[in-house]
Amino acid sequence: MFDRLLGLALFLLAISVTILLHRIIKGPSMPDRVLALDAIGIHLIAMMAVLSISLRTSAFFEIMLLLAILSFIGTVALTKFIERGVLVEYDRNR
Amino acid sequence: MKTHSMILLTVTRVVVFVIMIFAVQLFLMGHSRPGGGFVGGLAVAAAVVLLYLAADVKTVQLGIPLDFKVLALTGVLIAVATGMGSLIFGQPFLSHAFGHFALPLFGSTELTTVVIFDTGVGLAVLGTALTIIDTISEDISEDICRWKR
Repeated sequence: MFDRLLGLALFLLAISVTILLHRIIKGPSMPDRVLALDAIGIHLIAMMAVLSISLRTSAFFEIMLLLAILSFIGTVALTKFIERGVLVEYDRNR
Repeated sequence: MKTHSMILLTVTRVVVFVIMIFAVQLFLMGHSRPGGGFVGGLAVAAAVVLLYLAADVKTVQLGIPLDFKVLALTGVLIAVATGMGSLIFGQPFLSHAFGHFALPLFGSTELTTVVIFDTGVGLAVLGTALTIIDTISEDISEDICRWKR
């Protein structure tokens, strides 16, 4: 029963990721796409959490943390690119 | 007109240390669990990339006065030297040894030469990743610089 519930949760998360993919491909503006990418990162973390419950292991926990960090940095980078057009500048006071 | 992101800079000052501590944990855990020098180096590189994004190249170079190419070379040298070290004792290349030592604060601790090898791998990964970021960023900014002049 519990395993079936976990499978259902994984299935719903997968459907959600599919809808987000639609938003990335079709999204009218760039901020929509960035938000959808960030949400996909969070969904991946959630899927890994459900998977580690289902497999009864704690081996994925560090990978979840790492994915959270990388997703955060990716969102920051894309946001800065949209806002300023330059990712890494030499002198920000120029 | 360009605006500074004060929120990003303030958050970065805290988050960078969290990422670095997590990187150290990943590095030390690599012996028996997922992790190790490669991922640890990448996590530190992620922290420095966040610094680059929040601040700028000039400020980061002020804080971390290292040439990342030299860092990568040092890492490769350490890794290869650790591998060659086993040749001295007549063992195959990259053989590693470990032993239990009585340390003052930790009690009996298992120390192994794999950690030194992993340090080399981590430094090489960190140096390579940051050299790539550095090269890209310097090109872009100097181009803009030339246009403005």
